[in-house]
Amino acid sequence: MLLKKLGIPFVAVLAALLVGAGVIKFIGVDPLTAYKSLFMGSLSNKNAIAETLVKTTPLVFTALSYAFAARCGLVNLGAEGQLYIGAIFSTTVAIYLTGLPMIIHLPMAIIAGFVGGGLWGLLAGWLKVRFGAAEVITTIMLNYIATHFLSYLVTGPMIEPPGSFPQTAQAQLSAILPKILPGTRLHAGFLVALLAIVFYYYFLWKTTTGYETRVVGLNPTAAEYAGINPTKNALLAMFIAGGFAGLAGTCEILGIQLRMFQNFSPGYGFDGIAVALLGGGAPVGILIAGILFGILRSGANMMQMLAKVPIAIIYIIQAFVIFFVISSGFFEKVYNKRKLEKIARQGGNKDGNSNSDR
Amino acid sequence: MEILTAIAKFIAADLRTATPLILAGIGLVFSARAGLVNIGVEGMMLVGALSAVAGSWWFGSAMLGTLFAMFTASIIALIFAYLSVTVKADQIVVGTAINILGLGLTTTLARTLFGLNTAPPDVASFEIIAIPGLSKIPFFGQAFFQQNALVYLALILVPIASFIMFKTDIGLKVRAVGEHPKACDTVGINVYLVRYVTILISGLFSGLAGAYVSLGLLSFFTENMIAGRGFMVLAAVVFGKYTPRGVLFAGIIFGAAEAIQFRLQAAGTAIPFQFLLMLPYALTIFALAGFVGKSRGPAAMSKPYDKD
Repeated sequence: MLLKKLGIPFVAVLAALLVGAGVIKFIGVDPLTAYKSLFMGSLSNKNAIAETLVKTTPLVFTALSYAFAARCGLVNLGAEGQLYIGAIFSTTVAIYLTGLPMIIHLPMAIIAGFVGGGLWGLLAGWLKVRFGAAEVITTIMLNYIATHFLSYLVTGPMIEPPGSFPQTAQAQLSAILPKILPGTRLHAGFLVALLAIVFYYYFLWKTTTGYETRVVGLNPTAAEYAGINPTKNALLAMFIAGGFAGLAGTCEILGIQLRMFQNFSPGYGFDGIAVALLGGGAPVGILIAGILFGILRSGANMMQMLAKVPIAIIYIIQAFVIFFVISSGFFEKVYNKRKLEKIARQGGNKDGNSNSDR
Repeated sequence: MEILTAIAKFIAADLRTATPLILAGIGLVFSARAGLVNIGVEGMMLVGALSAVAGSWWFGSAMLGTLFAMFTASIIALIFAYLSVTVKADQIVVGTAINILGLGLTTTLARTLFGLNTAPPDVASFEIIAIPGLSKIPFFGQAFFQQNALVYLALILVPIASFIMFKTDIGLKVRAVGEHPKACDTVGINVYLVRYVTILISGLFSGLAGAYVSLGLLSFFTENMIAGRGFMVLAAVVFGKYTPRGVLFAGIIFGAAEAIQFRLQAAGTAIPFQFLLMLPYALTIFALAGFVGKSRGPAAMSKPYDKD
């Protein structure tokens, strides 16, 4: 069973890399050279591995965001917007609260990011339970509202004095995530991501509320019969899902960028869906899938530099990973059906006369 | 008189920004009415935008480039159809993957086709066609009748699509499949076929819309040039209550927000233009919540149909 669980994503990734190799060949580069530079750029030394984990961090958060909502039967396509609102909350705390020691300031900035993203998710949840507005659409719309709002803030109210560049001032030192591997960019945000995975596991599988959330996701009707309040669950699920995504923004700002500017996320929100899917919504699965996509993202730069393969090739690989993962269940079903038919036929032949009656 | 000229210019600009939303929106109305959420429209438009420029470059004609764009976008649509209808995968996930694929494919291929750091090739784009007679009418002529062919096409297609959707047998079948696929199957309507065809239609129209962006608004391709217009199309379809006429209306409102934004930015006023840009998305949320008239999707929306 475990082998099968690991088998499908493994085959999907391998097949997607093959498709990617085909495209690389098509644009006139040797796929082996390209992939070699990709893995060199992401795994060959301490710095490369640190960069991979830096890229893994936001992906884990946004994947947890999508997966958590999915566990409650909700589709959260709003991780990108929740990420931005989380960043706005964290940056505000990190810049404007002064004179606090790090031990207070940093946790406050992180919690602010969770709450900010959570409220943005909660808004979509509230619109759903109160007015029946499908979260599939509202979360996408809220992404754009958040993006434009951030753009307004960094060009207006939050612009760094004297106000020539559309960016905020730098976060105060007491609110910056410390580096955890000297000489690299790997910051404590990665540890926060690991904690978030533990929380995801603990909440869903070890608490009553988490159990209820999963029941609602599996069968809303049964859940209601069992006396579980689906409204409360949906609101809570969207708040926590948004909170996870908010932390992605928090860690990007407080760990890497140190200040906020427009479009600082290269689409981590939507990448999270692919990571969650590849990880099968399981805690360890999400971590492994996050690292894998982190490898692709951090190695792609080296591949572009050395092998002249555009970074965008990793999007093609990601898309095919999704295609293969979602098709696997279907092919399994077809395969099982054929096998059953074959057994049925053989069984019929042994009887010898099962067809002769007709 | 000067204010009238300004208004006419504004309407003309509004129509230009509304056109891709109307074109792709008409296609999306068909697939949505058959019960499909095509979030992949952004990726399909992107593929259309690149193909149009490549096609125009190869064949030396914007029209042929556009046909090529419709062809490639419908191939992407076929992938969507196969995964969401035959494999019965989650449409949201498929659509998201299509968008990722579209971004990856177009960025990679554009570099290969046109090279990095070189000026984009000079391709044949859509010229403004001033309609004889009509374009000479004061005010209206400047606002409506000095546009390129695809703008006129979008305006003509709205009543045609509306007629097909609400007055013909085909439209009835499409709508029935979106409301109650099981019942359709019982009376002999091929649910899978209807869904495949409507996704193909949305692919064709997405390609057309993409071609308009790269050859009608501009005459070159840049990375990620659709820049969220696909999601705006999605919004326009919801805001327009899943009708071609509604999509036209929504497209014009959304286009106006963008057109005003450009003017505000140019004029350097104190009003933050970002709030105007939020407006279409906020309106769509209000529509979904029932504040601007309830927008209800088909009953079988985003549910894969399983015959067995």
